[in-house]
Amino acid sequence: MSEHRLDARRLLCPMPVIRTQDRIKDLAPGDILEVICTDPGASNDIPAWCRINGHSLLSCHERDGEIVLRIEVGGD
Amino acid sequence: MSKRKAVSLISGGLDSMLATKTILEQGIHVEGINFFTGFCVEGHTHAIRKRDQKKPKRNNALWVAEQLGIKLHIIDVVEEYKSVLLNPRHGYGANMNPCLDCKGFMVRKALEWMEENGFDFIITGEVIGQRPMSQRRDTLPVIARESGANDRLLRPLCAKLLPPTLPEREGWVDRERLHDFSGRSRKPQMRLAARFGLKDYAQPAGGCCFLTDKSYSDRLVDLWQARDRRDYELDDIMLLKVGRHLRPRPGFKMIIGREQGENKFMEGYRRQFMHMHTTSCPGPLVLIDGRPDEQELELAARITARFSQGRDQARVRVAVTDRNGVSRELEVAPLPPQDIAPEWHI
Repeated sequence: MSEHRLDARRLLCPMPVIRTQDRIKDLAPGDILEVICTDPGASNDIPAWCRINGHSLLSCHERDGEIVLRIEVGGD
Repeated sequence: MSKRKAVSLISGGLDSMLATKTILEQGIHVEGINFFTGFCVEGHTHAIRKRDQKKPKRNNALWVAEQLGIKLHIIDVVEEYKSVLLNPRHGYGANMNPCLDCKGFMVRKALEWMEENGFDFIITGEVIGQRPMSQRRDTLPVIARESGANDRLLRPLCAKLLPPTLPEREGWVDRERLHDFSGRSRKPQMRLAARFGLKDYAQPAGGCCFLTDKSYSDRLVDLWQARDRRDYELDDIMLLKVGRHLRPRPGFKMIIGREQGENKFMEGYRRQFMHMHTTSCPGPLVLIDGRPDEQELELAARITARFSQGRDQARVRVAVTDRNGVSRELEVAPLPPQDIAPEWHI
């Protein structure tokens, strides 16, 4: 299990979702990915994408005007 | 025999949702695919404009996938899409919309995905006669042929009006339980939605693409004319969705933030564009695209002052910052409203 980070700041939806999706493709189940975004839409879209595709959203909160999401990669 | 698998083009609208549900009901495993061209009418325009922030900022394609209980794969096709938009073999529709080439492109991308992932066929929400360019009796076969999908492309909403496709002939799906929708009426879709118990679905009036929008298309053509070359980057087409666009002279364009949300979004582009803002009073952020000379710069500053809260003052101070971040201040008289020619607006 390893921790990873994705900088999706300044990207507009659905780009943060696409980057998250493409990054998770290369990760293993149980890995943690932290995604940092600035588009408020990401706080809806990334959790929705996680629910659909079987990944767990551990947390989603705002920090200095940025949205930080922590995702645990699910099994296939 | 293992379960057959279909990949479904999900736009976020009702038709692709109904087409997918129709196939799911027949016991087929379906996963969705959605393409981001850069022209998608998406949540981000709501996210940018503050006055729209009360509306839900959901992505409709993701929402549809969740309602249907299917996976959704969103594919970034921004780069590849340029050749579709810039050189469409079948030309454009009423605006800059290359609908027929676009659908062929998307089905071809879905075919590639289908082959890479071991799926069996492709479904779309197309309906004969629904859209003037791409969804006609004579153009549906063009899409099937030019995409290379041929008879692995199934349109569940109008399949009964078309020759049987491979999934129907092989008995993977029951043709009798597909549909025979045609024309622009939405009534059959509404009835089917009610039968499936679907509510609250998105019904975008002009579809889900900015290229079918006249004012957006005008801005895109203006961009090409001004640069003397038909090309674009993602940032260009994003900025066409934001702000008030004025071209007071052929050599430069102004993008003027209309409210706080747009100004904040545009701040991210300050290093790529010369920009202006008023310093003696609150006002918008203005990005300058092009290379105005000194006289034009003053005109731009007067227009910037005109759209600030100092519009009724005799003099307003405007900071001009170039791409290297070097600033200087101009003191100008706001341009009177009658001096802003209507044709400057794009």
